[in-house]
Amino acid sequence: MNIAPARGSRMVLAAIPFFLIVVIYIMGSAERRAANPEDKLLPPISEMAGTTKRLATEPDRRSGDYVLWTDTAASLQRLLLGLGISTLIGLGFGLAVGLLPIAGASFGTIVAVISMIPPMAVLPILFIVFGLGELSKVMLIIIGVAPCLIRDMSIEVQNLPREQMIKAQTLGASTWQVAIRVVLPQIMPRLIKSVRLMLGPAFLFLISAEAIAADVGLGYRIFLVRRYLSMDVILPYVAWITLLAFILDLLLGLFARKTFPWAYVEEPR
Amino acid sequence: MSALSFRNVWVEYGSQIVLERINIEIASGSFLSVVGPSGAGKSTFLRLILGQERPSQGAVLLDGKPFPAEPGPDRGIVFQRYSVFPHLSVLGNVLVSYEFEQRPFTARLFGAARRRAIEKSEALIEGVGLAEHRDKYPSALSGGMQQRLAIAQALARRPRVLLLDEPFGALDPGTRAQMHGLIKPLWRDLKMTIVMVTHDIREAFALATRLIALDRPRRDPQAPERYGAKITYDLDLTRDGAVPVLGFLKTGMG
Repeated sequence: MNIAPARGSRMVLAAIPFFLIVVIYIMGSAERRAANPEDKLLPPISEMAGTTKRLATEPDRRSGDYVLWTDTAASLQRLLLGLGISTLIGLGFGLAVGLLPIAGASFGTIVAVISMIPPMAVLPILFIVFGLGELSKVMLIIIGVAPCLIRDMSIEVQNLPREQMIKAQTLGASTWQVAIRVVLPQIMPRLIKSVRLMLGPAFLFLISAEAIAADVGLGYRIFLVRRYLSMDVILPYVAWITLLAFILDLLLGLFARKTFPWAYVEEPR
Repeated sequence: MSALSFRNVWVEYGSQIVLERINIEIASGSFLSVVGPSGAGKSTFLRLILGQERPSQGAVLLDGKPFPAEPGPDRGIVFQRYSVFPHLSVLGNVLVSYEFEQRPFTARLFGAARRRAIEKSEALIEGVGLAEHRDKYPSALSGGMQQRLAIAQALARRPRVLLLDEPFGALDPGTRAQMHGLIKPLWRDLKMTIVMVTHDIREAFALATRLIALDRPRRDPQAPERYGAKITYDLDLTRDGAVPVLGFLKTGMG
């Protein structure tokens, strides 16, 4: 508990599990290849690299697209649109529900109920109502993410010390001014934290929607090549999605530290 | 002018009576200390003046007029904790009250107006001895410095009444003495009415011109909630000479 690694050894320690996974995979892959040269389950890394290179740098024979990039662009657009709209909804409604007793009484319960609806269960409804296009996929992300953000934000607003609201009013602030100058900046770090946590669910909803009805996208590709047992496509795609999510998470974290330094003074690093 | 009057004020929560029959005239420019055991309604007394709470019966008047039942800029407050905004620097904490005042919609000042407001804020920050810390966030300040900042902030809008809710309760004795040295001249120069709730009897006597004690003089063991607190002592501390004790009992024992 009291032994903390230094910076250099921390990085080494962090790298060890990754290294172990790669080693175990290579050994497993080689074993299976030795038993059956046609094995598709654990393709060697060289084969995956070759496939990835083909998907990323050579146009598809049928459509002429660079498949990896068109898939990534389509998926990221849906994800960012869905997450962005959810963030705005979560912030706006969360602030109102948390700060204004009237809004809390009107919307608090309905938000709590809606956030319990399993989003995947309403996916068919979304496809029926919004069609099979982009809208239904973005909607699924919003329905899955926004209610949680609203609840989290409203709780965060209510956790602010009551004294601060009183103090602001004795300085002459109106409700609107309290909302934008006292509450909003103080819940922003939490909002970013919540959005970071919601990246996982957002990707889940995205991939699910794409798996069921899409003609481009990372999830669509994975579920398309699944039929041919093309692990040499699926595994790099999974790694790529993970990397994308990791980078998004990292960027949000850096942004929060940069923009709201007062919220992180107590934390080291 | 900033005289406060309580006219036959009762505060009840359901069947529980917190304050009963409070009658007091607080002269403009006085420094009133409120002492009493926990649960005797000291904070309720303060919240009535603040407008955070309404009397169940009776009225609280500021210069003879009722005031809106919500906190406003004519009554400033310093709480024991959470008085300053953690997301604003020392300067920003004071500046924000001018921004509230001058920009109803954006609550942000720019250009010349901002420079003028910064000058006024800096004067206040200087006055409480925080000039060298103006760009720090409150989390980097000690408890005493945070309370100084809270006082500077509360003074920015020139409140007619300044309410202090155990403002120095969380400070060590040395810092507390420093704060006493700070608040007394401010009160004298700005000619405000100050109402201070405190647990520290010495502090109450040292700073105030008048001291009231709230307590429950009657207690029914079967229904302890049926009798509220009253003003049991009302001492005038401005007279010269020895500390007054029993001779100044003005309101009587209920």
